[in-house]
Amino acid sequence: MTQELDASSSKYLRGRYAIVGVGETEYTRGSGCTTRALGTRAVRAAIKDAGLTTDNVDGMLSYSHNDSTPSPTVAGDLGMRLNFHMDVYGGGSSIEALVGIAMGVIEAGMCKTVVIYRAMNGFSQVRIGGTGRGGRSALSGSSLLTRGVGLSSAGQMFCHSFMRHMYDYGTTPEQVAHVKVIHSEHAANNPKAYYRKLTTVDDVLSSRMIVKPLHLLDCCVETDNGTAIVVTRVDRARDCRHTPAVIQSVVGRCIKPRGDMHYQSGPISTVAGHYAKDILWPNAGVGPEDIQVTGSYDAFTFTTLLQLEDYGFCKKGEGGDYVSSGVMRLGGERPNNTSGGHLCEGYTHGINMVIENVRQLRHDVDDGCPVGPDGRRQHTFDYAEGGCRQVKNVELTANLGWGTPGIGSAMVMARGA
Amino acid sequence: MALEGEYLGMPVHIDEVDREYFEFFGYCGQQQLRAQRCVSCHLKRVPPTTACPFCSHPESTWERLSGCGTVYSYGEIHHAIQPVFRAHTPYLLLLVELDEQRNEPEEFDGLRVQGNLATADAELAPPDLVGRVGIGTRVTVLFKTIGTGLAVPLWMVDEEVEQPDNPWRYPIE
Repeated sequence: MTQELDASSSKYLRGRYAIVGVGETEYTRGSGCTTRALGTRAVRAAIKDAGLTTDNVDGMLSYSHNDSTPSPTVAGDLGMRLNFHMDVYGGGSSIEALVGIAMGVIEAGMCKTVVIYRAMNGFSQVRIGGTGRGGRSALSGSSLLTRGVGLSSAGQMFCHSFMRHMYDYGTTPEQVAHVKVIHSEHAANNPKAYYRKLTTVDDVLSSRMIVKPLHLLDCCVETDNGTAIVVTRVDRARDCRHTPAVIQSVVGRCIKPRGDMHYQSGPISTVAGHYAKDILWPNAGVGPEDIQVTGSYDAFTFTTLLQLEDYGFCKKGEGGDYVSSGVMRLGGERPNNTSGGHLCEGYTHGINMVIENVRQLRHDVDDGCPVGPDGRRQHTFDYAEGGCRQVKNVELTANLGWGTPGIGSAMVMARGA
Repeated sequence: MALEGEYLGMPVHIDEVDREYFEFFGYCGQQQLRAQRCVSCHLKRVPPTTACPFCSHPESTWERLSGCGTVYSYGEIHHAIQPVFRAHTPYLLLLVELDEQRNEPEEFDGLRVQGNLATADAELAPPDLVGRVGIGTRVTVLFKTIGTGLAVPLWMVDEEVEQPDNPWRYPIE
C-alpha cells in the first residue's frame, strides 16, 4: 500500500514526533480521590517515565465529558508553568486526535513538549450514559427523539449498527464474544487489569442482556483512573529514557457523512474507519498487512470488530471470522489490545490502548516476566495464563479509536531508534 | 412561545427559538409526520436540521409523509438506564426506514428515524409484541398526545399490509 493520497496531514511529519513517556494510576472501582489527584499523579508518572522533569514539559492537553479537572489546575498542583494548554470535550476518539494536535502546536512553535491526560472517576462518580443532571432536565425537541425514546447510553446509541452488521453479513453472537474471550486472556497476563479472570464464549452469551445484541460481558468495564502520555519531537526524544514510539500517521475524529445522524447515510454497518483509513495508511506509508499489534477500541466487543474490518485488516463483512480466528490472540498473527483493553483492563476512553502499544514498541510491556539486572523484563513469550504479553519484535502498531459509529480516530506508531 | 407537555413523567419544553423542532413536533400534534424538503435540491430530511445536508441550502418547506416504513435495525433494551423506562423493559428502540426517498440520493441512503414500538393505543409494546418484530417488519406511525398541540411519534406493526413471514431477529431469544 504505497499509493500516496492527498490526505489531511503533511507526510513530512511522518517519523518526526514520538511518545516518550506513559503514566497510569491504578485501574480501580473507587479511586478514593478526586480527578484532580488522578490527573496530577498520571501526568507526573508519565513525565518521570520519559526521564524528564516537570520543568521540561510546557504544553498540556486533556479530554473529558465535563467529568474531569482542567489542565491549569493539574499543572498548578505540579508547579508547571505552561506555554500552551487546552482541555477538549469528548471521550473515545480523542486521544489520537490530541496526539495530532500536540504535534501541530509544537510544529507551530507554541511549545516544545506536551503531556496529554485523561482523569476520570468513571465508576465512582460519572458513569457513561448515566442519569445525572442531564437526565432530569426537561426534554427539548432533539432530546425528545433520544432520551424521550429511551436512548441515552452508548450501547443504545450504537446498537442499530451492531444489529445491522449481523443482518448484513451473518455475523454471529459466538464470533463476537471471542473479542471478550481473547481480551480476557491478555488481561490474565496484565497485573494491572481490573478483570484478570479468563472468560469463555458461554460466559459472554449467558451473561444478562443489556441492549440486544449486547450482553453484559459485551460491554466494557467502567473504572476510575488517571492516564497520561508525553509527546515531543523525535530529536528531543533521543534524550529520553526509553526507546521512543514514533508517530507515523494520525487521523483525528474523522466522520462519516452526516456524522451526527450517521444512521441516515449509507450502510450503517460501515463506520468512520472506512473514511479514516484513506488518511491513515497513505500518511503512514504502510498498510494493515504491515501492522503487528492493533489497539482497536473495545467499548463493546462489536466496536473492535467493526473497526478492524473498515480499516482493512480483513474484508468487509468478514470481521466475525477475523475476531474469532485467533489472529488477534497473543501468539497469533496480529494481537489486539494486549493489555485487555476497555473490556478487561479498564476504561479510559482510549488512552490505555495507546500506552500499551508504546510499551509493546519499547519491547518492555509490564507483564509478570522477571526483571533482569538491567531493570528490563526478561520476556519469555510464553503466553499461558499469568505469563508474558510482550509480542516478539514489534516494529509497527496501529490504534483505532472509536467515538461513535460515525466518528473515528487512528494512529500508526513505529519503534524508534 | 413554547410547546409544553409531559411524557412518561418527563417534562417536555420545546422553545419556539428551536424553530425546526418546534414545527416538527407541532405537526406531530396535528397527527402528521412531516419532513423538511429543501427548496433548492428538493431532497427531504428527518429529523429536522437547520440546513440541507445534501446541498447546504438553509430554506425548506414541510412535506407530509405517509408514515409507513420498514424496520431497518433495532435494539431491544433489557437494562433501562433511565428510571422512567424501567417499568417498560424490554422495550424496542427501532430504526425505521421510511418508504419515501429510499436509496436516495445514494444507494443505501434513506430517511431513517428512531422510535419506540407501541400498541395501537399508543402504549409502549408489551413483551409478546416486542418478540414479534425484527428487521423487515412493516410499521406505521401513530401519535401520542402529550400536551396542547404536542405529540410524540410512535411506531406500530402495520396490520393493513403484508408482513414478512419471519422478520430477522437476533438469533438468541
